[in-house]
Amino acid sequence: MASFEDFERAISELEGQIEKLKRLTREQNIDRSADIAELEAQVQRLLTDFYTRPSGWMRTRIARNPKRPFTLDFIRMVFQEFQELHGDRCFGDDGAMVGGLARLNEDWVVVVGQQKGRDAQERHRRNFGMARPEGYRKALRLMKLAEKFHRPIICFIDTPAADCTVPSEERGISEAIAHNLQEMFLLRVPIIVVILGEGGSGGAIGIGVGDRVLMFEHAIYSVIPPEGCAAIIWKDAKRGEEAAEALQLTAEDAVRFGAVDEIVPEPLGGAHRDPDAAGRELRAALERHLAELTSLASDTLTGTRYARFRRLGEFVELSTGTAAS
Amino acid sequence: MANGWFRKRKEEPRNVPEGLFTQCNKCREQLFTREWERNLKVCMKCGHHHRFSARERIELLIDAGAFHELDANLASNNPLDFPGYAESLERNRTKTGMTDAIVSGAGTLEGIPLTISVTDANFMMGSMGSVVGERIARAVEHATERRIPTVLVSGTGGGARMHEGLLSLMQMAKTSAAIARHHAAGLMTVVVLTEPSMAGVLASWGSLGDIILAEPGAMIGFVGQRVSQQANVSKVPADFQTAEFQLAHGQVDVIVPRKDLKATLARMFQFAGTPRVVTSDPVAAVTA
Repeated sequence: MASFEDFERAISELEGQIEKLKRLTREQNIDRSADIAELEAQVQRLLTDFYTRPSGWMRTRIARNPKRPFTLDFIRMVFQEFQELHGDRCFGDDGAMVGGLARLNEDWVVVVGQQKGRDAQERHRRNFGMARPEGYRKALRLMKLAEKFHRPIICFIDTPAADCTVPSEERGISEAIAHNLQEMFLLRVPIIVVILGEGGSGGAIGIGVGDRVLMFEHAIYSVIPPEGCAAIIWKDAKRGEEAAEALQLTAEDAVRFGAVDEIVPEPLGGAHRDPDAAGRELRAALERHLAELTSLASDTLTGTRYARFRRLGEFVELSTGTAAS
Repeated sequence: MANGWFRKRKEEPRNVPEGLFTQCNKCREQLFTREWERNLKVCMKCGHHHRFSARERIELLIDAGAFHELDANLASNNPLDFPGYAESLERNRTKTGMTDAIVSGAGTLEGIPLTISVTDANFMMGSMGSVVGERIARAVEHATERRIPTVLVSGTGGGARMHEGLLSLMQMAKTSAAIARHHAAGLMTVVVLTEPSMAGVLASWGSLGDIILAEPGAMIGFVGQRVSQQANVSKVPADFQTAEFQLAHGQVDVIVPRKDLKATLARMFQFAGTPRVVTSDPVAAVTA
């Protein structure tokens, strides 16, 4: 298959044909069920081929697909109530980071996450999901609110990167991310992190410290965008496909590295083909992990969270060299 | 101009030994190398602070004979089998004599016991992979266990090392976790940002000091200027991502000339109430 876009186009053309045949059946009472069944089987076959462990680059395309459900879509699907809260109480309200109070069955939680936009206007308002310092500070303010009232925290990650413009630098984007990392290790309530789509480097980890880290099947989690990596290593941003493989940014890779605990399955054809099904999977996973985590004492939570991240990394201890303590 | 004669190296007479003069990276002044080194590699004319290696930094800050390196045996095993990484590691090891982009250990500074971690831009731009992250975490934990301060000196231009993929990103969280505990124990962390301090390091341990010091003129920022310029419609200020810019925007406590760095650090730890080590064996005092 040439590209993700070509594939999606081929699928929608087939689906268009199916629709047309169904209409003919209805309107003119012509039985085309054999043709319909054949086309539907073809769609299933194509989807199964394409979406069975897609490559890192294909997942990058899937994760960035503007039709994919975003944070606010998942919030609507997962929670029965949501009250959005705005602002960092310091500078402003960042549209690229949303957050608020949400109810999952009987349990109130705080949910925060990066929000992308679907049309041009919304994309601009959401800054393409690239949060600014005030976004990270808003997220932390809300997380502390959760801690005060002993409510769990749920973080939804979907960002290409943190905002790197001059104004963000002026307001301390690095400090904002760093401060969140530090404080999230000290929060005395359960934290569940879910990588919904793009888990883009520092922008992602800035709300990415948790007791459980879940990741959607076709989401990506990477230290650098593949194009950026290719530009640095091969001086050629067009070699993103190779870089995506080298970076090992899929959900299976993240589990292998120990950075992610569980993969949330997506419906065949990706979360955008059946958002409700993706939402149901996510809700079931959150219910299960919340039930486990809320039974733990605060000290156990923070201790286990520390140990979970402390062991990440791979290296060898050589027998030669200066003795370690 | 008098120095015009020196500017073109090709025209240097044969009787000038190699390395006798060093040209300032900023003002292009030809400096007498020995004098420049005595001046801590700071230009005698314009005050430009040239890069210091991790070893030079340790020598500058830690009392003579009072440094004990920790975890020098940790080495990367190229976990992603990333193209070209093994060769790059080998080249940088040969070039610098280091196993990775960091020197960490325990020692005393004006008699004050502490642990110190210094990243070195000479080794893969000082970027942070698993080894750098682990050594920082261990050095900070070593300090927490002994209830002593810790100093983190950044010479990292490369941020999180992409050759170790997601594992490098996780080092941001891991190092921050260790510092969070050190803070929670009521102990002092001081960060020193030197040329260069960028990206994933600045967005984790590089911003987590109780006190954040910077060297004059050091490049300090989130992403490289070129990337920022691409992303920006607005004009980039002339001093963008310098120590002075970060001071003006409230991200740095003090800009400290290299010659004053040790005394300034000592003052911070006196404020924190860290007792001095009174012993003939300072190393034993910080490693026991």
